[in-house]
Amino acid sequence: MIVADKKPIDEIIGQIKDYKNILILGCNECVTVCEAGGKKEVGVLASTLRMHAAKEGNDIKIDEKTLERQCDPEYVEEIRDSVDQYDCIVSLACGVGVQFTAETYHGTPVYPGVNTCFMGATEKRGLWVERCQGCGQCILATTGGICPVARCAKRLFNGPCGGSTTGKCEISKETDCAWQLIVDRMKSLNTMDEFEKLSPIKDWSTDRAGGPRKVVREDVQQ
Amino acid sequence: MRLTYPSNIRIIRVPCTGKVDVLHIMRAFEKGADGVCAIGCLEGDCHFNSGNLRARKRIEQVQEILQNIGLEPERAHMYNLSSAEGPLFAKYATEFTEKIKELGPNPVRVKNKQQAA
Repeated sequence: MIVADKKPIDEIIGQIKDYKNILILGCNECVTVCEAGGKKEVGVLASTLRMHAAKEGNDIKIDEKTLERQCDPEYVEEIRDSVDQYDCIVSLACGVGVQFTAETYHGTPVYPGVNTCFMGATEKRGLWVERCQGCGQCILATTGGICPVARCAKRLFNGPCGGSTTGKCEISKETDCAWQLIVDRMKSLNTMDEFEKLSPIKDWSTDRAGGPRKVVREDVQQ
Repeated sequence: MRLTYPSNIRIIRVPCTGKVDVLHIMRAFEKGADGVCAIGCLEGDCHFNSGNLRARKRIEQVQEILQNIGLEPERAHMYNLSSAEGPLFAKYATEFTEKIKELGPNPVRVKNKQQAA
């Protein structure tokens, strides 16, 4: 899932200070799971902003709505009839949802309510970790299912480097060395022969280096 | 026991303090409560294992939110006692009421009343 973190409330208050009718728009997908922008977070943020406004003596109206997704047109269209009554939208979706909502409603300013961080997994509640960088050419088959692009600080393809000490990366004692994990996993899978093979230079044109990317599937297009 | 405690406390019964959500506490403040305290079982004695520990964390979350918007975090508080400690409940109720009285009324309620008038 896409992992996001809450924005500081001061920043959101600063963004919306000139508006009177505000819609807090949540997303029922990834940001709900990482507890940053789901229905509950929408409620808490709306309540916080209402209390702040009341305390400051500002007369504002804040509505709450949570869409199934903000990255699909059919769900973003659900607010078409009501969007005109708002001066601005604070979207608690990931950066994709914020942009998609903004593209759909050109006349309404859309502000982000979360900081979108990475594609990751829930290691435990309250701890989300990065696992994929979407490089566009998956090499997990050759690295024991552990990604050196996302998890090695140097993105090495023939690691580990000399900075690997007792299984940890030199950037931090809390960061596992991805290549140590790969070697351990390959040993347990009895596939260390694969480790001996050198990986060729990766084609990075499918990564962000080639600019914004697209996936085109004509077979499923309508 | 015929104990007395301040009559301005409104008790909302829940099956476990673990049932109390951040949103419930926020809504209470939004609607004008001067203070909200959760009174749970003693830590380690929760019938649902961790309900009171979760409640404590949620109270802490609310305290942080209150502080961020310029309200006193002490308006939200967590107490722990066993159900056999009636006198302690009365003591906590009195103590919390006194503390909130010192802080004064919830500014949100005051402003809302002024706007309504």
